[in-house]
Amino acid sequence: MNELSASSRIAYPAAAAQPRVTHRLRGLSDRALAWLFITPTILLLLAINIFPLIWTIYLSFTNYRANRANVPTRWLGLDWYQSILTDPDIWAAMQVTAHFVIWTVIIETVLGFGLAFLIDKKFRGHGAWTTIILLPMMLSPAVVGNFWTFLYQPQIGLFNYVIGFVFGRAPSSFQMLGDVTLSPWAIVIVDAWMWTPYVMLICLAGLRSIPDYIYEAAEVDRASKLRQFWSITLPMALPFIMLAVLFRGIENFKMFDMVNLLTGGGPGSTTEVASITLKRAAFESWRTGYSSAFAIILFVTVFGLANIYVKALNRVKSR
Amino acid sequence: MTVAAHSVVDPTPRTRRFAGALVIVYAVITMIPLAWIFLTSFKSPDDAISYPPKIIFQPSLEGYCNLFTTRSRQTPDFIQTLGPPQGMCDDIARSRNMVIAGPSNYLPRFVNSLIIAFGSTVLAVALGTLSAYGFSRFRVPLKEDLLFFILSTRMMPPIAVAIPIYLMYRAVGLSDTRLGMILLYTSVNVSLAVWLLKGFIDEIPREYEEAAMIDGYTRFQAFVRVVLPQATTGIAATAIFCLIFAWNEYAFAVLLTSGNAQTSPPFIPIIIGEGGQDWPAVAAGTTLFLVPIVVFTVLLRKHLLRGITFGAVRK
Amino acid sequence: MKTSLKALVAAGGALAALGMAMTTTPAQAQGKTITLCWAAWDPANALVELSKDFTAKTGIGMKYEFVPWTNYADRFLNELNSHGALCDLIIGDSQWIGGAAENGQYVKLNDFFKKEGISMDDYMPATVVGYSEWPKNTPNYWALPAMGDAVGWTYRKDWFARPEIQKDFKAQYGRDLAVPKTLDELHDIAKFFQGREIDGKKVYGASIYTERGSEGITMGVSNYLYDYGFKYEDPKKPYAMEGFVNSPGAVKGLEAYKELYKCCTPPGASNSYMSEGLDAFKSGQVALQMNFFAFFPGLYKDPNVGGDKIGFFSNPAATTQATQLGGQGISVVSYSKNQNEALQYIKWFSGGDVQKKWWALGGYSCAKSVLNDPGFPNSAPFAGEFLKSMGMVVDFWAEPSYAQLLQAEQKRVHDYVVADKGTAKDALDGLVKDWQAIFKEEGKKF
Repeated sequence: MNELSASSRIAYPAAAAQPRVTHRLRGLSDRALAWLFITPTILLLLAINIFPLIWTIYLSFTNYRANRANVPTRWLGLDWYQSILTDPDIWAAMQVTAHFVIWTVIIETVLGFGLAFLIDKKFRGHGAWTTIILLPMMLSPAVVGNFWTFLYQPQIGLFNYVIGFVFGRAPSSFQMLGDVTLSPWAIVIVDAWMWTPYVMLICLAGLRSIPDYIYEAAEVDRASKLRQFWSITLPMALPFIMLAVLFRGIENFKMFDMVNLLTGGGPGSTTEVASITLKRAAFESWRTGYSSAFAIILFVTVFGLANIYVKALNRVKSR
Repeated sequence: MTVAAHSVVDPTPRTRRFAGALVIVYAVITMIPLAWIFLTSFKSPDDAISYPPKIIFQPSLEGYCNLFTTRSRQTPDFIQTLGPPQGMCDDIARSRNMVIAGPSNYLPRFVNSLIIAFGSTVLAVALGTLSAYGFSRFRVPLKEDLLFFILSTRMMPPIAVAIPIYLMYRAVGLSDTRLGMILLYTSVNVSLAVWLLKGFIDEIPREYEEAAMIDGYTRFQAFVRVVLPQATTGIAATAIFCLIFAWNEYAFAVLLTSGNAQTSPPFIPIIIGEGGQDWPAVAAGTTLFLVPIVVFTVLLRKHLLRGITFGAVRK
Repeated sequence: MKTSLKALVAAGGALAALGMAMTTTPAQAQGKTITLCWAAWDPANALVELSKDFTAKTGIGMKYEFVPWTNYADRFLNELNSHGALCDLIIGDSQWIGGAAENGQYVKLNDFFKKEGISMDDYMPATVVGYSEWPKNTPNYWALPAMGDAVGWTYRKDWFARPEIQKDFKAQYGRDLAVPKTLDELHDIAKFFQGREIDGKKVYGASIYTERGSEGITMGVSNYLYDYGFKYEDPKKPYAMEGFVNSPGAVKGLEAYKELYKCCTPPGASNSYMSEGLDAFKSGQVALQMNFFAFFPGLYKDPNVGGDKIGFFSNPAATTQATQLGGQGISVVSYSKNQNEALQYIKWFSGGDVQKKWWALGGYSCAKSVLNDPGFPNSAPFAGEFLKSMGMVVDFWAEPSYAQLLQAEQKRVHDYVVADKGTAKDALDGLVKDWQAIFKEEGKKF
C-alpha cells in the first residue's frame, strides 16, 4: 500500500474487508461492472490531468511560447532546468514561499491546537462557537483576501485602526502591505485567520480520539495535569497534528489566490511566492517552455517533501 | 454517558468557563473581518472610507445598487432634462450626478458561478459515486495505486495545471467556455468525491446488497436500489464540498476564462467605481457571494472534518 | 440533517437550471451585435455614449467588456493568445502592437484604409507611430488611432492661490508658488505640502505611480528617466542599451523619483496607479497628482475638486523634457466572427463629426481635424497642455516581447524605489542585463 494513502487513512482502524461476494447472477459480471464504474473517472483524469502533465514535461524541454504561433519550436534539453535552478530570483521566490509556509504552519498549529484543547473542555455552547470559528476557512480566499486589502489600508483600514488603538500609535504610521518588513507578515496573518480553524478541527478529532480510561489511569497514578498533557495528550494527538501540518503545508506551498490579491507579490518581490513567479512567467511573459520546467520542479518538490514527511508521520503513528 | 464515569477526567466548571471565555474571544475576533464586510456593504461610499472607521452609520443600499448597475457621470443640467427617477437606485445615482447606464456584469458572473459550480458538482459526484463503489466493493487491480494516483492529482499547483490546460483548451475550442470550466472542476473534484464516498460506502454493510442479490437483483440493481439510498447523506455531503470548492475557485477561473465563462471570484475584486475600488459595492458583492457558503457550513458542520481531509479523519 | 441536505441539493439543481434558462436571452435574434473591449475608465463611458449613434445609424448593437487597468493587459493578452472571439474590436494598449501584429492577432488595415479612403496623414504623427504602425515608422497599419493620451499632472489650484500658503512658500523657497517648470521645483512643492494642515486636514505632497503588478511604476518612473536623458537604445544601433538605459543621467532620474516617493507621497502609496491617484486627489489628500490626460475631463467635472479648484500641467523638464505616451488604437481582432461589422465601426469612428463629438464627450481624438482646429487649445483647460505633451511623448518598447521587458523593469524599479533594494545604478545595470537576455532569447543582434 502506498505511503501517502496509508497516511490518509489514519483514522480507519480496520482495513476494508476484501470482497467475498461470489454471486454472479444475470447482467454484467462484477469485473465488467467494476471497470464500467471506474473507467470514466480514470479517463477524465487521464485527459485533464495526466495528458497535460506529460505535455508539460515535453514543453519544459523546448523554447515554446504560447503567444508565438510563427516561431518554430526548438529542443533545448535540460537548459531551462539548469537556468531555473541557478537563478537567484527563483531562489528568492522559494525563500519567500518557505517563510510563508513555515510561519503559517507554526502559527496555525499552535493556535489551532490551543483552540482545540480549549474546545475539548466542552464548555456550554461549544458546538455553536466551534461552527462560528470554522467559517473563515469555508470562504473563497480570493474574494475574502481581496477585502483584506481594505482592512489593511493605512488611512481608513480597520486593522490599522485597531492595532494603532491598542498600541497607542497613529494608524497611518505603519503599512502592512507596502512595507518590506511587514508585508510578509500581512499575508501570514490573513492565512492564519483563514486556516487556523482547519488545524483546530483536525486536532479536535485527535483529542477526542484519546480514550478517557487513559486519563483515568493517569489520575489514579496521581500524574499532574501538566504531566498528563505532555505524556498523554500531545503524543496521542501528534499523528493528527502532523496530518494537519501536511495538508496545510501542501496547500500553502501552492498558494496563489490569496497572496495574488493581497500584495500581488509586492512590494518589490518581498511576497512573491513561487506560484506568483510561475504565473508571471507563464501568463504574462508567456515563456511557456520555461514555466513548464518551473512547474515540474515545483511539482516534484511538493511531491518529494510530502513523501518524506509521510514517512515520518507513519513512524510516529506506528510508535 | 454517565457523569459519574467521567468525573475523574472532566474539567472543573471553572476550567470550562475559562476555556469558554478564551474561545469566545477568539471567535469574536475572527468574526470581525466578516462583520466588517457585511457592515461595509450597507455604507455609503463616503462612510466606507471615512476616518476613523465608522461603526454607527446611516445604512444605505448604494453598494448594492452600484453592484448591479453601471453608471455614467452627467452634468446636473442634463439630469434636469430627464424624467422622474425610476426606482431607488436611480434616485441615489442622480443624487450623485450620475445616471444608470445599464446592468453590471455581476449577475451574469454569478450565474456562471452557479452553472459551473453545480454542473461540475453533479458530474463529479456521479463519477465519484460509481468509482467509489467500484473501489469499495470489487477487487480492482492496482487498487491502492489508482486511489493514490487520484489523490496525487491534487498536489499540482493550480498554475502549473493551468499551463497545459490553456493550450489544450485553445486547441479544442474550450477556452472561456462553461463546459471547459465544468470539466476542469470536475476533474479536480472527482478525487475528493472518490475518497469521501469510498469512506461512506465502506460503512454500508455489504450484507444488504448480498441479501438483495439473493432476492434476484442483479449487482447493478442492488447498487441502485440498496446502496444509493443508504449513501444519500454521504452523497449530499460530498456534493456540498465539491460545490464549495468550485464556488470558491480563483486561479483557474482567472487564467482560463474571460467574458463568457468568468465566475464571481475573479470578478468581485475588480469591481471599481469612478476612481478606485468601490468598497461598498465590493462588500455587497462579497456578502451575496458568501451567504450560500455560510449556510452550507452551518448545515455541514457534522461532516466538515471528513470533507476537508479527504475522508482521512472522521469523527 | 439528512433531509435538509437532500433538499439543498435539489434546490441547487433547480437554481442551476434557472441559471441556464436566464442566460439564453433572445436578444441575439434581432440584428448583429459586436463586442468592444477596453479598459474600465472615464473615456470608456464616453465611448458608450458616442457609440449609440453608431447603433442608431447601422442597426448593429454594441456590447462592451471593460476591465480595470491593473487587469487589462493580463486579461486581454490572455484573451488574444487563447484565440478567443470574445472581442470583435479591441482598443489595445500601444505596446501590444508588435506582438499582435507578428502573431496575427489583429487584422491588417492597409487595404481597408485604402478602400475606404481613410488616410493616416489625417492623424497626428506621434499617434500614428505609437498606436498604428508595426514595424514602427513603416506604413503597416494595425489600428486606427483612437485615444490620444500621455502622462500629465494635476494640482490644487485653490490651494496654490491661498495667500497664507503663498507667503509660507515664498518664505521657505524664496520664489513664488507656481506651476513647476522643472522636476526640482515639483519636488519642492510636493515637499512643501507634505504633512501640511489644510482646512483642518493633513494633506500630502504628490500622488505618483508605484504599482507593482501590471505597468504602474514603469509608467511613472519613465517621466523622470526620459527627462534625465534615459534612452531605450542607441539611436544609431538598435538594441544596444549599455550606457543608454543605465546612463549617469538615467541613474539620477531614478534617484529623483525615489526621493519624491520617499518624501512626498501619502502613507500607504506603495502600490498605487491611476485609480489610487484619482482617489487621493479627489478626496483632497494631495496637492499634486501624476496621471493620464484621459482622466482630466472627468476630474474637471468633479463636484469636489473640479472646476476652479483644479489645474493641469504637462510633465516638467529636467536636463531635457519628455513624457510617457499612453493611449490606444482601435483594432479588429482576427479571431472575430464579425469582422465586417467591426470594420464598419472603424469607418464610422474615423468620420470627422464623430471625432469632434468624441472630443466633446471626453475622449481624446487623434484626428488633425480636431487637434489643429485653432479653437482647440482653448476648448478645455487641459487641451493646450495635452497638445504640448503629445509633442514630446516617448513610448515603452512595443516589441512582441514587451510584456517580459515590462516585467523586468517593474521588478527592478519597484525593488529599488519601494522595497529599498540596492542602488539606482544596480537597478538600471540589472535592467540592462535582463533586457539583453530577453533580446538574446529573441535572437536579436546587438
